[in-house]
Amino acid sequence: MTTETTKGKYNVIGTRPIRHDGYDKVTGRAIYGADVKLPGLLQGAVLRSPHAHANLKSIDTSAAKALPGVHAVVTHHDFPAAEANLVDLGEGAVNFKHASNNVMAEDKVLYKGHPVAAVAAVDKNTALEAAALIKVVYEVLTPVTDVMEALKPGAPILHADLEGQNLGEKIDGQTNQANHIRHEFGDIDAGFAEADLVVEREFTTSMVHQGYIEPHNATATWDEENRVTIWTSTQGSFPTRRQVAGVLRMPDSQVKVIPLEIGGGFGGKIPSYLEPVAAILSRESGRPVKLLMERSSVFEATGPTPGSWMTAKVGVKKDGTITAAHTDIRFEAGAYPGSPVGAAMMCVFSCYDIPNTRIDGYDVVVNRPKTAAYRAPGTTQAAFAMETVIDEIIEELGMDPIEFRIKNASKEGTRRADGPIHPIIGNIETLEAAKASDHWNTPLEKNGPDGILRGRGVASGYWFNIGLKSAVTISVNEDGTVALTEGSTDIGGSRASISMMAAEVLGIPVEDVRPHVADTEGIGYTDVTGGSRTTYATGYASHDAAQDVVSQLRERAAKLWDVDTDEVEFSNGNYQSKSDPELKLSHKELSSKLGSTGGPVVGSASVDPEGAGGAFSTQIADVEIDPETGKTDVVRYTIVQDVGTAIHPAYVEGQMQGAVVQGIGWALNEEYFLNDDGAMVNSSFLDYRMPTTYDLPPIETVIVEVPNPGHPFGVRGVGEVPIVPPVATIANAIHDALGIRLRESPMNAGRIRKALEEKG
Amino acid sequence: MVEKVRVRATLNGEPVDFLVAPYVSLLDTLRDELGLTGTKEGCNDGNCGACTVNLDGRIVDSCCVLGAEIDGSTVETIEGMAEPGQLHPLQQAFLEEAALQCGICTPGFLISAKALLEKDPHPSEHDIRFWLAGNLCRCTGYDKIVKAVQKVADSA
Repeated sequence: MTTETTKGKYNVIGTRPIRHDGYDKVTGRAIYGADVKLPGLLQGAVLRSPHAHANLKSIDTSAAKALPGVHAVVTHHDFPAAEANLVDLGEGAVNFKHASNNVMAEDKVLYKGHPVAAVAAVDKNTALEAAALIKVVYEVLTPVTDVMEALKPGAPILHADLEGQNLGEKIDGQTNQANHIRHEFGDIDAGFAEADLVVEREFTTSMVHQGYIEPHNATATWDEENRVTIWTSTQGSFPTRRQVAGVLRMPDSQVKVIPLEIGGGFGGKIPSYLEPVAAILSRESGRPVKLLMERSSVFEATGPTPGSWMTAKVGVKKDGTITAAHTDIRFEAGAYPGSPVGAAMMCVFSCYDIPNTRIDGYDVVVNRPKTAAYRAPGTTQAAFAMETVIDEIIEELGMDPIEFRIKNASKEGTRRADGPIHPIIGNIETLEAAKASDHWNTPLEKNGPDGILRGRGVASGYWFNIGLKSAVTISVNEDGTVALTEGSTDIGGSRASISMMAAEVLGIPVEDVRPHVADTEGIGYTDVTGGSRTTYATGYASHDAAQDVVSQLRERAAKLWDVDTDEVEFSNGNYQSKSDPELKLSHKELSSKLGSTGGPVVGSASVDPEGAGGAFSTQIADVEIDPETGKTDVVRYTIVQDVGTAIHPAYVEGQMQGAVVQGIGWALNEEYFLNDDGAMVNSSFLDYRMPTTYDLPPIETVIVEVPNPGHPFGVRGVGEVPIVPPVATIANAIHDALGIRLRESPMNAGRIRKALEEKG
Repeated sequence: MVEKVRVRATLNGEPVDFLVAPYVSLLDTLRDELGLTGTKEGCNDGNCGACTVNLDGRIVDSCCVLGAEIDGSTVETIEGMAEPGQLHPLQQAFLEEAALQCGICTPGFLISAKALLEKDPHPSEHDIRFWLAGNLCRCTGYDKIVKAVQKVADSA
């Protein structure tokens, strides 16, 4: 295979420099949202519903307001009337009526943890004490927390005014079905009729949380000009500005968002929860107010990813050619519409070239927290269904799992089931690299000591990646260094990758680029750090801004030498005259002469690129299972992924490894436990157990580079696709070990024991 | 108002003398009373390790210790991990090995790892994984964290 590689092609790209913000982060100096201190700062507390579903009858805040040290107590009465207005935030849209009701309940509470009031006081304990004095009268209603239950006639209704849609038609009467959409291509019935083997299975997955270690936080001031300033940890300063302004019913320009360092997000720090509440508390108290969310509320009231009910049906010919596929994907949106079912539908069949497809997707409201994006949102669930059925077909046909996938692989020109045609993609290159990997070529001994059984699984995944808007400015300092200003909050080292692209263009060391993440008044509009877009789109802007600098520096050299700008060539960081070899200045030398040639040079670029290019990952897992206890250990794991061009390979590997470990937690252990009243009962890291160092093996990575023609350096997003295959990969490995197929995640010890007992 | 308690301790090698309400955790004492925000809150119930500090030679979750309890004790936080202006070899290794992404768990991991290497300068990969299991990281998948600690152990 001709897997093109960028090795040796660049000076800076492909190296592994120390990230610019790293020193502050290993010494404790880095300032995160919770670290903000302001003169006169008040501490807040949010009172939350103990009920999963109830009408809010009355709220009495008088005792709380009377407590000494309390400066403000607010409820929905203090918020502007919510307006139904749909605005796209990049990775998902928001309806401001729902966003507003989600940050502060209006007439109903829809999940345990739904905010009903908030307090600002001199310190945290006084705020908590005051919150406990607020008297709320609820009319408790029966909750519905399961997607299939919520779709049944007679189910408890969350929103009396929800205008449900079914295949483009408005549903008559009350419903929890926000939407049913369908993608159809070819002739699905003819496709299945043509098949020699058809496998159809049903799957469920449990709701899981992104699990970022830093809880949500927000600090706000509301000043005398009615301008709001927000300090927060967010995946997008500008989308936060839009949400706050939308909820507060003010122009975006009245709100300034200052992003601090962010302690993980994975999609969950795109929505605003505390920011508008802190702003209203500041308005009422006349003081800056800080709100910190407790961990239990992070679980109970912020963005998990949907639990699901799904079917997958695939037909193949004897030779392994897929003839048709159908899937029905039903997602728990949580309290308000807007699950990522659309994204799941875009990805579910996209690893394959299938002539006849139908994809049904349902977005269903249930009494759970409103779901948010979580790393390739919706696609892990869908891949669990699809890749498990594919594995079953491969077993029936007696084919090799990787050869089957190569035979049916989507490639450049293949039409995706939802419409778009794949551009140049690295699906086959990724599969070939998996086939050549050390892991795949190392035989696995199926029987371990003491009755331990081993198995190996394979699965593939696709994520489309997004582009969207980014702005970058680059200012040249007289000593030849440059200051790079961007609007993408840096969650995982993106300052480094974005600086590396500027350094590559300018022909300078990456250490000479000083990156800075600006607030919403310091840079042009920039979308969220999400959708695997940051290194792609903000990197694109960095490249273009650096080219703008080069173009201006050529003009300065021309001015110095009194020649036409066309006479000045630029290569490898040097500016030189085409005709006179004596006239040559390095970037650094030329930078020192800016003062005498017209003043500072500032390059800028604003982009909205459309060639994000999809990404593929194929993964291999070895598991060891103790059949007596049902405990599964992942003992070897290899991720193979097309990343386009690895700008900073260490952080590319880090994205791959981090995503897979989240996927391993999802596959084996993580889930929301609700009691009969619909309340989450495991809202702590003790009971919602995420993988630790001790649960895991080293995670091996194979980087494949099929450059994306839609980016000047060939970048594809890398952060999301690696979480697509893990649940399916582990399900297939468990099957290989035990001969049983689990179609319910998490595949925890109890489920494995039950399945073994049923098998007998 | 509850009367505050006087506390005298050694913090990052320097004597400290302060008043703190008896119900305030060591985590909040460090962050709010003493201005050391390098110690992070992840859960406030002893399950994530983000607030790990070294108390008299033992690593503890500072959210589960009261500020008043450190009277007479020696406490080390991330701010005191290395000599001023220098990096501890673990800090350097975390940078070189890309062992952090968002960085919120990093101070806790560094304090924990330092305690491990002080106890056992040459831990195996298994030892490192066992010791660090009280610190949660959601970004890295731990691979590069374990390798960074291993690198320092191997070069000791």
